[in-house]
Amino acid sequence: MTHALPDRAAVSRVGPWHDRRLQVGAALLAALCLCAIVWPWFGGADPNAITDVLSRRLTPPFSRDGAGGWHLLGTDAFGRDVLLRLWLAARVSLGVGVLGSVLAGGIGIALGAVAAWRGGLSERLILSIGDMFLSVPRLILLLVTAALWGPGLQVVVAVLALTGWMSVMRLVRADVLRVRTLAFVEGASALGVSPARLLWRHILPNALGSTLVAITLGVGNAILLESGLSFLGLGIQPPAASWGNMIAGGREWLLVAPWIALAPGAMLITTVVACTLIGDALSRRSR
Amino acid sequence: MRRVLPRLFDAILLLWLVTLLTFALIHLAPGDPATLLVSPTATAEEVARQRARFGLDAPLPVQYVRWVASLLRGDLGTSLVSSRPVRAVIADALPISLALGGISLLLSFVVGGLVGWWQALRARPAADTFVSVLSTVIYAAPSFWLALALVVLATSGAATVGAPSWLRLPAFGVESPGGSATGLEHWRDLARHALLPLLVLSLPGAAGVARYARQSMRDASVAPFVAAARARGLSRGRIERRYVARLSLTPLVVLFGLTLPGVIAGSVFVEQVFAWPGLGRAMLTAIAARDYPVVLGLTVIYAGTVILANLLADIVLVRLDPRQRSAFDGANAK
Repeated sequence: MTHALPDRAAVSRVGPWHDRRLQVGAALLAALCLCAIVWPWFGGADPNAITDVLSRRLTPPFSRDGAGGWHLLGTDAFGRDVLLRLWLAARVSLGVGVLGSVLAGGIGIALGAVAAWRGGLSERLILSIGDMFLSVPRLILLLVTAALWGPGLQVVVAVLALTGWMSVMRLVRADVLRVRTLAFVEGASALGVSPARLLWRHILPNALGSTLVAITLGVGNAILLESGLSFLGLGIQPPAASWGNMIAGGREWLLVAPWIALAPGAMLITTVVACTLIGDALSRRSR
Repeated sequence: MRRVLPRLFDAILLLWLVTLLTFALIHLAPGDPATLLVSPTATAEEVARQRARFGLDAPLPVQYVRWVASLLRGDLGTSLVSSRPVRAVIADALPISLALGGISLLLSFVVGGLVGWWQALRARPAADTFVSVLSTVIYAAPSFWLALALVVLATSGAATVGAPSWLRLPAFGVESPGGSATGLEHWRDLARHALLPLLVLSLPGAAGVARYARQSMRDASVAPFVAAARARGLSRGRIERRYVARLSLTPLVVLFGLTLPGVIAGSVFVEQVFAWPGLGRAMLTAIAARDYPVVLGLTVIYAGTVILANLLADIVLVRLDPRQRSAFDGANAK
């Protein structure tokens, strides 16, 4: 074997959609979102409702329950269809992940731009606060905040946003510092463009590539953290379904009915892999 | 030393900032720990007495200064729940987490580094793709789910397929109930109990390191000076060891500091699932009971560990890669 050649994707000038990883990742994510939106519509009145527990509960995958209903992924300890609840949970988990990561990205872009543009004391301050947040493991920060400030959807999203902006901030700051020395910025400045407009119209768009990668990767991360919090009982509270609290709920039945706890994990892995693939493909391109 | 000192100063400053953050986060949270310490029928006076007893009635800045002052003396306060010194609570739990985290960190880097090296320089394209897919999937798996999946495999799964009994691993605890075994038998028991937790902690870590190491060795193997070395007729093994591996060590050292928070987070879940009485479990118990001094103490310990790891990574980096020296000095020249 010869020494490895540079990745073809790295040197090619073709569009991003020719990267297999991006194709697969985007297809997976689109399928997940589509199912999450559409599937629960066909699930009857209230998928979280508990009816006829004794005849329906703990039905194994690919089989019929006592009442005659067929379940692809079986039922849980309360006789609820696992697959249906997985798609309901997908709405929560995907929503929380995307929202948390996008909000964090927004904070990161704003602070990064301010740090690079203003410099001086504001820059030192923003960087120090970023370092401070990076020093405490994010999960610990989330645990403490969610537990003490009351578990729930809003708190989880807020905390994900407040603890996830640091990498975006650093990327944007570095990009803005790089771009602001370029000739076209000087040119615009000489034409009398106001600093705010210069930053918004001319500098930030050039700093967007790496930021997009960080936000995409952040989505997967945020979904994992949300599921972890919910698993520990500090995130989304039952009966609302989230992949994390479904795994927690299936834990007592682990050896009798392993599908209850294991199926949500497969969903989590698929989602995070999709985000990682997209992020990998985009980051190869933006280099 | 001249280079290390400013870094050390930065690290201490950072630790101080972290104490501010965690103290504010915990003490500004809604709810009053004093009400949790008395019976539900307690009068307002009793609550006030409890509050005074733990110094919770003082203004927040005063409480913070008191806490930092005792922290500097090495005193982390007293647990509100068990009335034991926080230091003792941490000292009890630390060895377990340290052993668990240390061994799995070592395993992650050794296994992940070797796999990444094999993928980048030795593997056929198909095998490389297969391992890449595998490591991406493992890296994406939440550790608590991985733990439950392995428990199923090692207990009912192993029993179903009729695996030999030594493969049916214990799923919970540090040692067998009773714990009467001594000597070699005791260590064997401990190792059997530790296998699943270590596996759960090391697998995602190794997958992450492998992904990273593969990329950095790929990048290193196309560097111009490697081509020059090849042109000079150096042997392949020598090029890989002396040039490629050496160059890709730098990103791995940086990764070390970045991996630690992940290991800490993983250990929280692993200790919870496998019922290991380490720091993570102590943290969850303290959070559930609103045991503020313990939560504060543990958070500071966690943050201190991360800051220390990054400091060490910085120092090792300069030793390893002379190019970093000017950057290192430049960072402090501000």
